[in-house]
Amino acid sequence: MKLAEKMFAIDRRWVYLALGLAVLISLKIPFSIPIPISKEARNIYNFVDTLKAGDAIHLAIDYDPSTLAELHPMTLSILKQCFEKKIKVVITSLKETGPAMTAAVIDTAVARHFARTGERIKNGVDYVFLGYKPYPILIILGMGQNYRIPFPADYFNTPLDSLPMMAKIRNYDNVKAVLNISGTAATDYWIAYGNGRYKVPLAIGVTGVMATDYYPYLQSGQIFGILGGLKGAAEYETLVGTPGKAVQGMKVQMVAHLIIIVFIIIGNIGYFAQRKKRELSA
Amino acid sequence: MKRQLPLIIIFVCGIFMVFQYFVPHENSEFLYEFAALDWPPIIGVFALTLGIISLIRVSIAKIRKREPNWPFSIVTLVGLTAMIVAGLPWFGGQTSPAVIWQFNFIMQPITQTIFSLLAFFIASAAYRAFRARSVLASILLISAVIVMIRFFPLGPFTGAATWTADWVLNVPNLAAKRAIIIGVGLGIISTALKVVLGVERSFLGRD
Repeated sequence: MKLAEKMFAIDRRWVYLALGLAVLISLKIPFSIPIPISKEARNIYNFVDTLKAGDAIHLAIDYDPSTLAELHPMTLSILKQCFEKKIKVVITSLKETGPAMTAAVIDTAVARHFARTGERIKNGVDYVFLGYKPYPILIILGMGQNYRIPFPADYFNTPLDSLPMMAKIRNYDNVKAVLNISGTAATDYWIAYGNGRYKVPLAIGVTGVMATDYYPYLQSGQIFGILGGLKGAAEYETLVGTPGKAVQGMKVQMVAHLIIIVFIIIGNIGYFAQRKKRELSA
Repeated sequence: MKRQLPLIIIFVCGIFMVFQYFVPHENSEFLYEFAALDWPPIIGVFALTLGIISLIRVSIAKIRKREPNWPFSIVTLVGLTAMIVAGLPWFGGQTSPAVIWQFNFIMQPITQTIFSLLAFFIASAAYRAFRARSVLASILLISAVIVMIRFFPLGPFTGAATWTADWVLNVPNLAAKRAIIIGVGLGIISTALKVVLGVERSFLGRD
């Protein structure tokens, strides 16, 4: 079989093998790539940075373990920034398979903050995790009236009225913004119902494939920032000063993209060679 | 009456929700919280129960008749039972060690594995689909490559690559997405009006 024909029809298993090897090798080789910060990511960072100690935000963690690799670094970076600035955080998880994962990521953020600063972050005082309830649209609408409508108690069944942090927080009027980290359609609900009905300032962190869908909302002002995929997570890690898994993952992603581009070029060379051969024989 | 009653309920609820949005009076807010926010989750629990019963019935039927892939129905029933029993209040509820263990060591690895396979499928699909067969296909190919190389450290060309990728995202992509969003939005409005006014009745099923 001639080279052009081989290039046109490479068995997909060679593609899988090349990609797998590229990812494994690039994980082991120590190198870094620069992470330019986008305006969309900096908007979110600057917004949180200008908040004062005691201000509250709502962190809506609406993803599950399938998108954990891209979205966990965003969540951890935002929690780090909030804990350091003593910003109160109301946390929800409106994905049915998300609450246990969300509880774990909060514990990780709290543990890291303690390891860095020696300061204990307290549940009910510095943050509240409300957990999960079904029908996200109804929950978003309900929280806009009063957090206690959908969540009379938190994830650990503690009544909301007994939590010191919730004494001054009734609904979205009492939080400065909603930061929605999501790999699901919950982002659309937050835009339509959270920002649309209650006008709460909204920023989003979504997977890479979702990010392009939300640029119209950024331009219209319905959201004030986007963190898009692993790149957005790496940008935020860089902004908060703790490069972590997202920054490391960017070099792997770059190598993976390079492999895909190489295969695209090979495929197109094979295609044009086949086409020329057909034209000559015709 | 079997068909009229649901239509009346839908009409009343739909019109109420439209007017309630524009009426800030406290009675309107009370009705909204009572009717729209308190009751639907209760109704939803019945729907959830119906779904679980249906899943159990279908799985048992598949096992009895030994339909293709019937062993997976046993796995479904075992998983469903284990998660429900482990999460019962008498065993610690949703934060019990058994639920956390099943989540951390079964649910989490499975969902992450399935999603991570996508990377390989995307690479193979990109190799096969991104061929410059026509002008439009070439534009698609070039746009994809531009957006991918914005992460690459290209020395003096990094700024130009980033600017070009941002232009692709913020101009043609944004325009196309906005057109789709507006189109979908108009479709949702017309469908909702048809449902509320009883023109669209497919959800009632056949007599």
